[in-house]
Amino acid sequence: MEHIRTPKVENVRMIVTPRKSTVGTLYLSSTHTIFVENSEALKETWVLHSLVYNVERLPANSSGSPLIIRCKNFHVYRLLILQEKDCLDVLACLTRLSRPERYGELFCFSFNPNLDKELREKAWGFIDLKAEFSRMGIPRNLWHVTAANHEYRLCDTYPSELFVPKSASPAVIVGSAKFRSRGRLPVLSYFHRDTGASICRSSQPLSGFSARSSDDEQMLQAIMKSNPVSEFMYVVDTRPKLNAMANRAAGKGYENEDHYTNIKLQFIGIENIHVMRNSQQKLIDVGELAAPSMSDFLWGLENSGWLKHIKAVLDAGVFIAKAVAEEGVSVLVHCSDGWDRTAQACSVASVLLDPYYRTIKGLMVLIEKDWVSFGHKFSHRYAHLDGDPKEVSPVMDQFLECVWQLMQQFPCAFEFNERFLIQLHTHIYSCQYGNFICNCQKERRDLRLKERTHSLWPHLWENRAEYTNPLYRTGHSQTRGVLKPLTTAYCFKFWKGMYSRAEKSVASYQSPADCLNAVREESQQLEEELSAHQEVPRETDAGQETCPTEGKENFRGEEEVQQVV
Amino acid sequence: MEFAELIKTPRVDGVDLHRPFMPTVEGTLCLTGHHLILSSRQDNTEELWLLHANIDSIEKRFVGSLGTIIVKCKDLRVIQLDIPGMEECLNIASSIEALSTLDSVSLMYPFFYRPLFEVIEDGWQLFVPEEAFKDLESMTDEWRLSEVNKDFSVCPSYPSLLTVPKDIDDESLCKAASFRHGGRFPVLSYYHKKNGMVMMRAAQPLTGTNGRRCKEDEKLINATLCAGKRGYIIDTRTIAVAQQAKARGGGFEQEANYPQWRRIHKAIERSNVLQDSLIKLVEACNDQSHSMDRWLSKLEASNWQSKVKEILTTACLAAQCIDREGASVLVHGTEGTDSTLQVTSLAQIILDPACRTIRGFEVLIEREWLQAGHPFQQRCAQSAYSNGKPRSEAPVFLLFLDCVWQILRQFPCSFQFNENLLIMFFEHAYASQFGTFLGNCVAERVKLQLSQKTVSLWSWVNRPQELERFLNPLYEPNNLVIWPSVAPQSLLLWEGVFLRWNRSTKCLDEACQEMVHIIEYNKELQNKVNSLRRQLAQLETEESPLQTP
Repeated sequence: MEHIRTPKVENVRMIVTPRKSTVGTLYLSSTHTIFVENSEALKETWVLHSLVYNVERLPANSSGSPLIIRCKNFHVYRLLILQEKDCLDVLACLTRLSRPERYGELFCFSFNPNLDKELREKAWGFIDLKAEFSRMGIPRNLWHVTAANHEYRLCDTYPSELFVPKSASPAVIVGSAKFRSRGRLPVLSYFHRDTGASICRSSQPLSGFSARSSDDEQMLQAIMKSNPVSEFMYVVDTRPKLNAMANRAAGKGYENEDHYTNIKLQFIGIENIHVMRNSQQKLIDVGELAAPSMSDFLWGLENSGWLKHIKAVLDAGVFIAKAVAEEGVSVLVHCSDGWDRTAQACSVASVLLDPYYRTIKGLMVLIEKDWVSFGHKFSHRYAHLDGDPKEVSPVMDQFLECVWQLMQQFPCAFEFNERFLIQLHTHIYSCQYGNFICNCQKERRDLRLKERTHSLWPHLWENRAEYTNPLYRTGHSQTRGVLKPLTTAYCFKFWKGMYSRAEKSVASYQSPADCLNAVREESQQLEEELSAHQEVPRETDAGQETCPTEGKENFRGEEEVQQVV
Repeated sequence: MEFAELIKTPRVDGVDLHRPFMPTVEGTLCLTGHHLILSSRQDNTEELWLLHANIDSIEKRFVGSLGTIIVKCKDLRVIQLDIPGMEECLNIASSIEALSTLDSVSLMYPFFYRPLFEVIEDGWQLFVPEEAFKDLESMTDEWRLSEVNKDFSVCPSYPSLLTVPKDIDDESLCKAASFRHGGRFPVLSYYHKKNGMVMMRAAQPLTGTNGRRCKEDEKLINATLCAGKRGYIIDTRTIAVAQQAKARGGGFEQEANYPQWRRIHKAIERSNVLQDSLIKLVEACNDQSHSMDRWLSKLEASNWQSKVKEILTTACLAAQCIDREGASVLVHGTEGTDSTLQVTSLAQIILDPACRTIRGFEVLIEREWLQAGHPFQQRCAQSAYSNGKPRSEAPVFLLFLDCVWQILRQFPCSFQFNENLLIMFFEHAYASQFGTFLGNCVAERVKLQLSQKTVSLWSWVNRPQELERFLNPLYEPNNLVIWPSVAPQSLLLWEGVFLRWNRSTKCLDEACQEMVHIIEYNKELQNKVNSLRRQLAQLETEESPLQTP
């Protein structure tokens, strides 16, 4: 609380649109900024400090000092504070509180949803990656868990349990790790039961201009051989070729096709985190334009390059999915460190390949596996702590957007709706739950996050009714098999629900999905009423022995009643 | 003229038909006077029946003796025919070219088409001005139905019956007509029941450079104002364009002469630039090799989306003046047959829930487009693949439909119809077996005797068998004014038309079916529950005497 100089400011005006605003009281707590309207309804707006991206004070004018609070989930709040001194106090306080310096300051350590110890532990067990790997149906004669990374000895940014080809000896595993950036050796990410092909992931090899490692070569050979029907494998380098070549000068780079037998190298051309950060900033600026013309908007969209990058990520996923499902060829995916673009490409491919990842629980599992466990640097990328701004980048945003773009093409294929993706996005930034804190599993273990914070997943799962796509029906053709999206430029859309929050809050749109959900809910109630009514004949006439039993099929209520009459 | 003279080779075997996202079909190509037909002669294989009138342009190429004709249609589809034999191919190509560009209206297919269905309700009687006037009379006695244009001499592009203020006699109407471009004097377009405000439409006043005025015109529009109230004149042109029009005898209402009116200028472009915009847009949509940058830049350069935004903005403005400001409105551009109609008809969709039903929408098109004299035949003579110099072609109506689609997408529960209806109207405006969109105005249609010699589109659409396809399962009638967002991020490319042939719609169609299932299942359950409830209530009343001895 030592940072809060002014806990309460009265007569603050919140500007919703240029024409609409409300007056209320602003409160600052240690975790939230709270705006309470002076109206009878006392409507409250809560803004989590950890979601605040920046706070900007505009020059004071005759009506007061304007303050703009921009959030990491693209909400923007515009306030007008009467006294300049109050405005400065709020600014100083929010600036400090939105930039925590230590993990201990994060909201997740004070957030208390009243769960007892047992429930909290159970909640952390909600997503079980061991169960996930066995769900994939990995053949135990070809793949196994290695103990090589026990206590994170081999690679401190990987999970401790790694799936590797059974044919790779411990020496090969260690040798391969030594030849890879930060020890991130090739390991299994996804096994496709239908073809036996797999997706493996790693970081770039330390090949430089001429270095080679027979262990690493053997490792790739072992991966290829784990798919008995295939004669070669793809190595997908998700970087632009030029970037990969430039890395050779630093002793890194990519696999030399002459040294590795039976590999085909493929560059995809996803740009690095710095390009993506700048691109998203331009996109956000487009969203913030006041009354843009159509040309301003389209030009801004083009100039941001954002959709081009989304297309690149999706194209990477499509390439991998095609190799695995259609050609039956295994793929090793890497970029530089193998925690950004690699995570994107592997997880997009998995969503395309496996209908399970298109369910609510499945997407949680996928994020837990490809992102959380494999050391995607959440705390750096999403600026959980005040740190190097160059480490920040919307890597996960892009993955979520790829899924959203797919939802536009396959409206019946996903169990979840857009709201689910947006909710995930918010929580990746919010630091309310412990799931996305830190940069790797080892850090999380050392911080004892499971004892000190709560897990987001069961919370989302309990509220899954809110996140359900009404068009999803198990058994529908789109919920089975591999998705083959079209990635022509015109298939990509601006994600309005994510980037135009203000626009959405102004107009009162009708959402087809919400209508349909309401209808489905009503249908459910009707079904219940019907089955209740079915009991009626039995109750009104005890002599009737031929009462219908239960179930929809058996519904003959009307006829039964008629017999009674 | 005999069509046979134009058909040198009526039939070719072994022709391959290529369509994007569909399997190649091999079969026999036949040419008739009005159709290009490709039939595989196999069961379960779809035949292609293409109206010559739907063909916008063709290209031919040869590789050895194999000829290829690329047929580009007005509904934006592009198909490829591989025809063995150079002579056959040349003959077919020249026949298609001749048959798709016939000049005479009376040779068009609607005059030859005989419906295979029984006409239960004659679509030519869908909109009867006298009946519409009766409705108006029940709400207000300020208006009358004038026959001043009964022989189309006062205004050739207006219908014979027009709704005008009661206190203005026919003589004044004639004088006002001589002061408006094409004789299009201000007439009633829409009466807003909620507050009694009205929307009028007209063509530009002929003020010219010396500031001519016309007392009758001033009196006419002032008669629509309540005492002490001001009205708005929405000129769809920018002030600069309106100024320039003076040099050609046109102009705009001077404040001094119309003190009770506030004039607002908007920037809807004239119809002649629209064709170019459509051509550029379709070109961008048809190139699948475009990189993201190139696609977005081409989309932007086509300017199509800007036009959608501008038209919708102007329609919202008109609706706002009427509903929110409680003021009457006069809308006009230059001729009053293009942008004016876009604005008045869209404003009605925003304001009047009746226009969001299928029948109401048909009536709107009949009243505000066909009878109001939008020159369909000129505007829809060519579509996006025309390579000649455009004469008076312009996708004015398509832009209107696009705007309706934008509103429909933002208010998916407020329309009785779905996107398919809009797409179907687009197709039929450009090529049809029905006579509805032939001719440029009522006078021409009367002369062509369309109502006797051709079938109306409405006769076909309004059959229950056809209507089903056009129903929106999410429709919940409401009496609200619906305000669409015109922010650029809220306006999308109309994929149903512009990407229709460039992607598979299987998954999207499945989603629509799913939606229908959910709603139908709900209705089924509701019926069951209701009938059960009724029977239970009945049971209880019958049983009660037994229980009381």
